[in-house]
Amino acid sequence: MSGDAPVLEATGLCKSFVFGKRVTVALDAVDMRLVAGRVTGLIGPDGAGKTTLMRLAAGLLVPDAGEVRVLGRDATAESLAVQAELGYMPQRFGLYEDLTVAENLELYADLQGVPRATRAARYAELMRMTGLAPFTRRLAGRLSGGMKQKLGLACTLVRPPRLLLLDEPTVGVDPVSRRELWAIIDHLVASAGMSMLLATAYLDEAERCADVVLLHEGRVLARGAPRALSAAVAGRVWQVSAPGMAPRELQDALSRAPGVADALVQGEHVRVVTREAAPPTLAESPSLRADPVAPRFEDGFVDLLRQARSDLARDIDMGPPRHAVDADDTRAVIRVRGARRRFGTFWAVDGVDFSIARGEIFGLLGANGAGKTTLFRMLCGLLPASAGRLEVAGFDLRRASAVARARIGYMSQKFSLYGNLSVAQNLAFFAAAYGLHGAERAARIAWAESTFDLADSAAQLAGLLPLGYKQRLAMACALMHAPEILFLDEPTSGVDPLARREFWLRINALARRGVTVLVTTHFMEEAEYCDRVAILAAGRLLALDAPAALKARARNAALPEPSLEDAFIALIQAHEQRVAS
Amino acid sequence: MRLGALVRKEFLQIVRDPSSIAIAFLMPLFLLALFGYGVSLDAERVPLALVAEAPSTDSAEFFAALGGSPSFAPRTMDSMVAAERALLQGEVDGIVRLRADFARASRDANGAPVQVLVNGIDTNTARLVQGYIEGAWSAWLAARAARDGGALAVPVDIAPRIWFNGELRSRNYLVPGLVAIIMTLIGALLTALVMAREWERGTMEALLVTPTSMSEVLLGKLAAYFVLGTGGMLLSVALAVWWFEVPLRGSFWVLWAAASLFLLAALGMGLTISTLARSQFVAGQVAILATFLPAFLLSGFMFDIGSMPPVVQALTHLVVARYFVAIVQTLFLAGDVWAVILPNAAALAAMAALFLGLTWRKSRKRLE
Repeated sequence: MSGDAPVLEATGLCKSFVFGKRVTVALDAVDMRLVAGRVTGLIGPDGAGKTTLMRLAAGLLVPDAGEVRVLGRDATAESLAVQAELGYMPQRFGLYEDLTVAENLELYADLQGVPRATRAARYAELMRMTGLAPFTRRLAGRLSGGMKQKLGLACTLVRPPRLLLLDEPTVGVDPVSRRELWAIIDHLVASAGMSMLLATAYLDEAERCADVVLLHEGRVLARGAPRALSAAVAGRVWQVSAPGMAPRELQDALSRAPGVADALVQGEHVRVVTREAAPPTLAESPSLRADPVAPRFEDGFVDLLRQARSDLARDIDMGPPRHAVDADDTRAVIRVRGARRRFGTFWAVDGVDFSIARGEIFGLLGANGAGKTTLFRMLCGLLPASAGRLEVAGFDLRRASAVARARIGYMSQKFSLYGNLSVAQNLAFFAAAYGLHGAERAARIAWAESTFDLADSAAQLAGLLPLGYKQRLAMACALMHAPEILFLDEPTSGVDPLARREFWLRINALARRGVTVLVTTHFMEEAEYCDRVAILAAGRLLALDAPAALKARARNAALPEPSLEDAFIALIQAHEQRVAS
Repeated sequence: MRLGALVRKEFLQIVRDPSSIAIAFLMPLFLLALFGYGVSLDAERVPLALVAEAPSTDSAEFFAALGGSPSFAPRTMDSMVAAERALLQGEVDGIVRLRADFARASRDANGAPVQVLVNGIDTNTARLVQGYIEGAWSAWLAARAARDGGALAVPVDIAPRIWFNGELRSRNYLVPGLVAIIMTLIGALLTALVMAREWERGTMEALLVTPTSMSEVLLGKLAAYFVLGTGGMLLSVALAVWWFEVPLRGSFWVLWAAASLFLLAALGMGLTISTLARSQFVAGQVAILATFLPAFLLSGFMFDIGSMPPVVQALTHLVVARYFVAIVQTLFLAGDVWAVILPNAAALAAMAALFLGLTWRKSRKRLE
């Protein structure tokens, strides 16, 4: 096979799945070619068809029409031969959690038929590359999320494949581990000339790929170098600020302005993509300052998506609040003093202090195992503190956690909805669960259906809704009792960028009405929307500041424009060096 | 090399997963203790109310005969009203009532009527109580006739002799049948669960893209759980023979061979279930409903197949455990009766072939 032949080639690939009477089209006439010796990114939100494409290429599914050829072979007809040369890491890689790191490696080496003579050297190399050498005797189930992903990658690489398929390797992985995974990927391509297809929903990862294929609802929206995509919006991207206007307010105004394709809060500015190559203007703010900035991949993607879809809500009205909230009241709504929580002999949260003001959007970040989830559960009143004082909406959680919980709305990444109940039944259930009845219940359900555009799909089963609608429904359920505080756990990971923008416009509207929002996330783009961000490490507060200030701290000669992720990683690394020395 | 690696992996998982150990070893111990000690189909010390409307030496003698039997724990009561109340309140399971003219009528040509009231809610105990009282009655009559010098004028003399289980210990046929239940648990339930776990945790997807063939994955599971099931069988047989003192009259090796056949059929069922249900919850439910409960209720392990309605009897032919229960009960209590063992073993072999073949056909190296 010559060097120029594609390592993977799909032509007219179609695949649909049948659930009961419903047919879901996962892939619709997909054509793509993968150039050897490069990382190709398969970019798209959840449900775009990324996993189906990977499984077809690995010979695990049979296409309805079209074909996929991998390394010169038909992946469907010759699946065993293809699998012998391919490496595939599924989204939840099959690590045996009851087996140790070394036993997992040994198992995959046996299954892949790696000769015994070469094993010792291969294991040593993989362990060095992944940094797992000190943990070879640990059970895989006891590894952190990032370490599990690295072990999964090592098991896939135990016999060096010519083509590696990675299905969302960085999901649920903290930014530090994410950077380490990318270092391994880059090293494999540079040193071993491996070809890779990497699926991801993180748009910032697209910029690290040599080529990208953009999938949206089973179709290829665009393909090529990521730079080519951002070049399409060159001259139309602006960094905007207006004196006397908070960035969130400005974003809200700009997203309704004519000629604006996209507006996004970024630190103290608003990032705007315009339809024409002219700076945005606002009638209500003549002193608008717009500086042209270099386009990013996401700007190009969102612009493309907007052209593909025009059904998006841009004018968000969250309706009147149920309780009259005085937005000028700046007293702390959440107050944490010396909070500690122990599991056995291990202090998961080890003395944390902060307070959150009314109407603030507050981010809680940290690497896997830093104590984020524990602190979050303590604040929700789900886990009692071992020591310290936690106050939510003026109630001490130790004494009145049930009362405090009634003031809280909670929405998790997994959307705690009942999939086999209809939209209306879910709404009615959550209204009842929050103790609403009679006219008030009817009014809130009507509010939810109109505010979140759910009236048309009221009879549909929640489990069959498209992801964006599921997210709306989950948010409607969390807001059913008009809580003063909203807890969000990675609320938009895997959601397409337009749905994410819509979600945050809603959150902004709530915050302006005095609802306090607490977000935990691995997703730096979500952290950018926060007023202040707390970074946790080893159960303690490492930093607490506005995103812009955190970025300013990380600024140096090598990094004149650090991202929030750079700032986060710099902080964690500095902390680890202090601990080590 | 690949098959060896898969079997080794299964064993490491079994050893490190407390739930498989519990199903494979603790559950058998629990079931054996329960059926060996707790559950008994014999009537022992049944509380009985005795009412003599006019106490006499005859009635006292008759009551003494009942009290001497280990089957009863009789209490004498003054009136029928008190006895009926005791029966209603569940304090006694039966009433024996002797009328005022008992002493005179029992010497009459027509005989004396004895009223026996039995609580029929528990039909099994009721039937036993009824039979025991009749037995006690005729024994007492015979004894009295002998003492009075005359023979009892009964034209037929029954001389019962009980074969295979002379002491009539229900433990002797329950405990061997348990081997079938325990092997169903390990073979079908545990195997269905661990296979579904591979799907649920995504390990199956990772296995499928290695050059491993589906038959190797299946053989790896079969081999590991075959060994585990044989272990469960040996444990139960050892406890049956040495702890519960159930006689093993047939050959141990015939038992071993039949158990292996049954285990293959049970593993086949477990694997068939797991190719259909890919979540542990569903696989567990299906395995309990389709294998464990029928083995419990319809295999003849506890309830005699011969006394079931014809439709249910026909249904029991679909229950794999039925053939094995017939073999173990015969082997333990009667010996190597080939006329029973061979046809049942043939049925087991056919079932094993059916289920394993079904799994083979159903599982392809695809995700759909």
